[in-house]
Amino acid sequence: MSKKLYTNATEACKDITTGSSIMSGGFGLCGIAENCINALTKLDINNLTIISNNIGNSGRGLVKILIQNKISKAYCSYVGGNPDLEKQMLDKSIDVELVPQGTFSERIRAAGLGIRAFYTPTGHGTLIAEGKEVKNFDRPCILETALHADFAIIKAQKGDPYGNLWFKETARNFSPLMAMAAKTTIVEVEELVELGEIPPEDIHLPGIFVQRIFQGENYKNDIEFLKLEDEK
Amino acid sequence: MSWSKEEMAKKVVTLFTPDSSVNLGIGLPTLVAEHIPKDLDIMIHSENGVLGVKGRPNKEDVSPTLINAGKETISINKGASFFDSSLSFGMIRGGHIDYCVLGGMEVDTEKSLANWMIPGKKVTGMGGAMDLVNGSKSVIIMMTHFSKSGASKLLKQCTLPLTGLGVVDLVVTDHGVFKPNGSKFEIIELANEVKKEDLKDLKDLEIYI
Repeated sequence: MSKKLYTNATEACKDITTGSSIMSGGFGLCGIAENCINALTKLDINNLTIISNNIGNSGRGLVKILIQNKISKAYCSYVGGNPDLEKQMLDKSIDVELVPQGTFSERIRAAGLGIRAFYTPTGHGTLIAEGKEVKNFDRPCILETALHADFAIIKAQKGDPYGNLWFKETARNFSPLMAMAAKTTIVEVEELVELGEIPPEDIHLPGIFVQRIFQGENYKNDIEFLKLEDEK
Repeated sequence: MSWSKEEMAKKVVTLFTPDSSVNLGIGLPTLVAEHIPKDLDIMIHSENGVLGVKGRPNKEDVSPTLINAGKETISINKGASFFDSSLSFGMIRGGHIDYCVLGGMEVDTEKSLANWMIPGKKVTGMGGAMDLVNGSKSVIIMMTHFSKSGASKLLKQCTLPLTGLGVVDLVVTDHGVFKPNGSKFEIIELANEVKKEDLKDLKDLEIYI
């Protein structure tokens, strides 16, 4: 069990190589694997495929490795508010596949659960459907395939040495799905706890999906848009 | 003479039935939340993984891990729940969300919506919009009636890449409420002193009945 325990991000990420595909959890900057992303900035690698809802924002999160020109292909659902990504999309230095967010999460979930493909009405009659098989059920649906990756880098609030995880508030988002879909899932936690400390009923992701776990440090937990009741 | 943003938001609220679930898109639709009366018992869903959004937090309650799909800090009501993106989109795609309110660039008489890209100019991505328009029980588009250049955003047929084909139930603009029926927009209501002639841009009025 303790074989899963790593000391830090550098050690846990050291076999990520040029050409690797990496799923990265988080919605905007909420719940991103800050330590792992920093470790990627220090690795001499490129030609990465990144699968993440947003590729960071305003110089933060995955933008750090984007501006190092380490990403050649990205799957995401939303690129608004990310000028660095827009620039690379326009000069074609990155190939971005925009995926509807529900299809994005379902393709990742499918990969983790052994489902090869599924039909969905989402995207029918749009650019997304181009080149995809269409089948009529109650209405026309398009065939979408599972999305796998070599690695997933995710962050949880709490985790134990087996890799059982507990996420805080809306920081869960894509992370449990990505953990299931990647060959090697690397988890960083704010609190590394003893086995049994997270009540079994409260475990959001069972540790069977986790290969590596370490205690993270120096969390910024940036807020993108601070909105206050008193300010209205 | 046309409706203000607040009046549009209030108009959208009148379309909700009590005890329903609502997803509000980024931009103009976020205003709707502020006008929902408590006694309607509406559950607001945000696709990043929360059901039961209340509004903005007080300074002492701000949490960086408690946000909406616009990445803004939020507070939650009693009875709220958190879940992963797959379950969140299961609520949407499985037909469990009663209303979604989205912004729009174009809506046409054939009930189609365009709101995610302008070829060669602007790509924001569709986010959850393509799932919302295909999965929600009722799709309401909230937008200004005319673009900044004065062109009608209600059209016979959309010119921009579609978000959804044949999916829109109702359009609430600053000029009124309109229902696309497949070949025309039925005028459900006109704002204050707006007349049918005011809906005209460079073209004619043949798309309205």
